[in-house]
Amino acid sequence: MIPPLWMFLTVAAALFSIGAFGVLARKNAVAVLMSVELMLNAVNINLVAFWRFGETAPSVIGQSFAAFVLVIAAAEAAVGLAIIIAIYRTRQSVVVDDVDMLKW
Amino acid sequence: MTFNELSWEALAFGAFTILTLGGALGVVFNRNLVRGAVWLVVSLFGVAGFFVLLSAPFLAAVQVLVYIGAIGILFTFAVMLTRSMTNLSERFNKQAWLSALAAVTLFLLILLAVIAPIFGEIAAPSSEVVATTEDLGVALVSGDKFVLPFEVASLLLTAAMIGAIVIAREED
Amino acid sequence: MGCDNIINTFAPCLSSSLGVPIEIANFIGIFLGVIIVASFPLLVAIALIWTERKFAARIQDRLGPNRVGVFGLLQPFADVIKLLGKEDITPAGADRPIYNAAPVVSVVSVLLIWAVIPFTPIHVGVDLSIGALYFLAVASLGTLAIILAAWASNNKYALLGAFRVVAQLISYEVPLALALLVPVMIAGSMSLVSIVEAQAGMWFVVSAPIAAFLFFISAQAETGRAPFDLLEAESELVAGYNIEYSGMKFAMFFAGEFMHVFTNAVLMAVLFMGGYLGPFVDQIPMLGLVYLLIKASFWYLLSLLMRNALPRIRIDQLMLFNWLFLVPLSVVNLLVTALLLMIVREVGLAPDDPRSFVDNIPQTIVLFLGNAALFVVVMSMVRNRFRAQRLAETQTDDLLPATAGD
Repeated sequence: MIPPLWMFLTVAAALFSIGAFGVLARKNAVAVLMSVELMLNAVNINLVAFWRFGETAPSVIGQSFAAFVLVIAAAEAAVGLAIIIAIYRTRQSVVVDDVDMLKW
Repeated sequence: MTFNELSWEALAFGAFTILTLGGALGVVFNRNLVRGAVWLVVSLFGVAGFFVLLSAPFLAAVQVLVYIGAIGILFTFAVMLTRSMTNLSERFNKQAWLSALAAVTLFLLILLAVIAPIFGEIAAPSSEVVATTEDLGVALVSGDKFVLPFEVASLLLTAAMIGAIVIAREED
Repeated sequence: MGCDNIINTFAPCLSSSLGVPIEIANFIGIFLGVIIVASFPLLVAIALIWTERKFAARIQDRLGPNRVGVFGLLQPFADVIKLLGKEDITPAGADRPIYNAAPVVSVVSVLLIWAVIPFTPIHVGVDLSIGALYFLAVASLGTLAIILAAWASNNKYALLGAFRVVAQLISYEVPLALALLVPVMIAGSMSLVSIVEAQAGMWFVVSAPIAAFLFFISAQAETGRAPFDLLEAESELVAGYNIEYSGMKFAMFFAGEFMHVFTNAVLMAVLFMGGYLGPFVDQIPMLGLVYLLIKASFWYLLSLLMRNALPRIRIDQLMLFNWLFLVPLSVVNLLVTALLLMIVREVGLAPDDPRSFVDNIPQTIVLFLGNAALFVVVMSMVRNRFRAQRLAETQTDDLLPATAGD
């Protein structure tokens, strides 16, 4: 007997909120990216939980959605970190606030 | 609660909750970013545990493979390459308190709007028969299901790979 | 409740004879099972250390360990006692929690693989439906352990070694995974038990020799052993990622490496040589373990031979070999096998009874011929490429006077 749906949703909500706080508050760009990963994973827990509790056997919509989120997360991490490394090379900094070249 | 009521699933759920949320707090509050990456791995490992509990073993294995085997190492590398593990004087920017308030509000809102209506409900899953990995594999390549998103995802990965190389490459 | 077969009926026996609640009995049963499965590779590792040292010694025209016990059989125990007695050093500036955790993760990443390996027809830790994928996922934990060990040691040689090894391990995971997909495809399942059962008619090493070769080579690279032992190239990097480790923590990395090599040999046996299958296994299940160990020993000795007989290759050669040879070959191999399997199934050559040897012959012949054709094509391409390179070299030699040291 697995725990009820609301428990999974609560954990996912907490994870999402922690991630959101990290994205908004951290100065280091790498930490911001890590927090984004946390938020994506919270979404994945929700997707799989809704799939498990809501859909019947042959349907895999929730699972495949979660799989696509995983793909996006991998792509996002690769490109995001590449951008951070490129910025570090030119500005010697990974603080998000220092990257304000486009601001005037 | 007697021993019989306390199922193994509930215990596992508790353990994975601690791993996931503890790891997440570690990511957000740790000064040292390599440790932050370790905490991220711990947290995502907990999420993989949730997938096992929700009878999605394929996703759990892929989660471990992709997040720990690839993304965790990628983050560790990025931290080392940018030397950002040297502790920054300030972890948080000026809007930290505002952000904390926003995050807590968000959490409370979700609790109130989504979880409160179903709180305490012990609804069993709609069916004990779950789709297998084979079902997922067939769905990902069958024309009337997800073959288009599947191909787009592959294209996206290729584009991301090329993009990452182009961006991170040193010009010489 | 009969208590004759202790392993399978342990929990019910315990609860009926001693009056232990069934949940606790189940827990004790699972707990004991985990301990047995996890300590088996640790015990095997002790024997492996002796085998390896003797083997290497014979190749190098030495005697090897021969002082402690008969034929030096007790040498591993002497080693362990020596390592336990060594000072446990933590370098200054090390990140202690990570420094201490890394060796444990390294060993655990290998031990976890054993959870899905079928020892005999009835003894298997867990028959996961995604066993093959589980192996890949768990093995990737080892890479993380290495980079964390190196970073936590606060040593530049360790970090240099780790950068190399991560590049190597991640690269060789690609052909490893692609080669693993071939037996999965032929068996039509990712469960290791189903893969073994699917080989009742014919071992996959016959129908997919190229995949077996690819898996063996990339698994050897994954263990970081010669000729792929760049991560600990003594002459360049002092010792690689484990330079700062001493005493039992070093021993854990060391034992982890030994177990990893043997685990790969066992996986080769399971994936390509029919695992526990052999005569009379249905009657006496424990025979399966003997067959499995015999088959695994074959691959283990082959890997020892490779380690001791081949020189270490350079890092650029390592990467070129992977990305220009192994990866394209594994992709083409996967496509060819998939195509041939499809044709076999459409034409109706697929075995009616997968367990019968005769029924498997047509499919095996088709797959084997496909592999042979691929082998011929690839080898002639390699030959032409290197012949062109050689010709170019001889021409420049004619034009330029040879410099000293060339």
